[in-house]
Amino acid sequence: MALSKEQIAQRIAKEVKDGYYVNLGIGIPTLVANFVRKDIEVDFQSENGVLGMGPFPFEGDEDPDLINAGKQTITTLPGASFFDSAMSFSMIRGQHVDLTILGAMEVSQNGDIANWKIPGKMVKGMGGAMDLVASAENIIVAMMHTNRAGDSKLLKKCSLPLTGVNCVKKIVSNLAVLEIVNNSFKLIERAPGVSIEEIKEATEGNLIIEGDIPEIKF
Amino acid sequence: MINKTVPNVQKACQGVKDAMTFMLGGFGLSGIPENAIAELVRLNVKDVTCISNNAGVDEFGLGLLLQKKQIRKMISSYVGENAEFERQMLSGELEVELIPQGTLAQRCRAAQSGIPAFYTPAGYGTEVAQDKESRAFNGKMHLLEYAFNADFAFVKAWKGDAAGNLIFKGSARNFNPNMCGAAKITVAEVEELVPVGSLDPNQIHIPGIFIQRIFQGNNYEKRIEQLTVRKRN
Repeated sequence: MALSKEQIAQRIAKEVKDGYYVNLGIGIPTLVANFVRKDIEVDFQSENGVLGMGPFPFEGDEDPDLINAGKQTITTLPGASFFDSAMSFSMIRGQHVDLTILGAMEVSQNGDIANWKIPGKMVKGMGGAMDLVASAENIIVAMMHTNRAGDSKLLKKCSLPLTGVNCVKKIVSNLAVLEIVNNSFKLIERAPGVSIEEIKEATEGNLIIEGDIPEIKF
Repeated sequence: MINKTVPNVQKACQGVKDAMTFMLGGFGLSGIPENAIAELVRLNVKDVTCISNNAGVDEFGLGLLLQKKQIRKMISSYVGENAEFERQMLSGELEVELIPQGTLAQRCRAAQSGIPAFYTPAGYGTEVAQDKESRAFNGKMHLLEYAFNADFAFVKAWKGDAAGNLIFKGSARNFNPNMCGAAKITVAEVEELVPVGSLDPNQIHIPGIFIQRIFQGNNYEKRIEQLTVRKRN
């Protein structure tokens, strides 16, 4: 069965290592924080100027002066800090953030990503995504493998305006875990019960399949 | 001590004219200069260019200026929460320059610090790179981006004093410090205007030299865009 959004987040959480500073994008990436192992130390950075983000506040404790990049009310953990937007992007551009997790509308086999605009239809803006993907060493994309019409979003070449070029390293979709290797999507793991044939069918870009492909374990 | 206080928002906005360029602090609705925005709506200045990370929501923040069609051009990084903004942009009524958030912050900071331009990797290989100079540093491509040139910067702080010294609170800090001194005139509105000498110089985020006018704001709504809470056990 294909993974739910929560399960995508849960699988990505396994990539979060002890001592990491992590930036989470809006949507599925935000859920990753719920699944990170409790026995490791991880600091979440929010591009609007928070390091050391905590969980959502208890009812009644919400503070309009304390939000995340998705404009949701949040809390801070002991050791947290606040800073201005320029300093926030010094952390990002300066590669002080270890891992960036963000959503995508399309990814291409060379690691290009598109996630900010559908010409003539939808324009939300890139927010901090262009800065993040241009500078981060370690980028994981959380996404659905196909769109609602069933068309692949893992492409030879992105059709939508790009957010960044040659930047994505790893993808966790509802069907599989894949890495960008040699201008191809290399299949690493498949969702439980999802066949290699199904993944082949849902992937327009070059797909590398080597040896046995294990199922995703949580 | 040079006194920067003005008695009210009307005096603070003196000199604001049609077709000017304004910087406005805030991220979403957090840390926006609510009083200055209300005054810009009242003054009904037209054809203005606004530099602000977001454009408010339909009924609040810069959305109020959009509703009255006062804005000719917006320079922002993210406009997802404002339906009227998206409508005006897609119909071509509103000119929009979408730029990466870190580039937006740095273009403010460059204007504040007398740096005319800088290189950044953000946006290389995308639409953002169109008509921009690019150059490789250490084997990686970068775009040349310019400092903003604005007439007024409107910022909001938590506490301030007559000298113009400012302290921000929480994530309401965001773009506000980067816009201080980045325009010809910087207007700071504060929730609490405290007596000079009562702020600890060690704790000041923005020294008063960057501020031309400061006033105590009124009736802050501080709306929450996405109320997210968890249940108490």
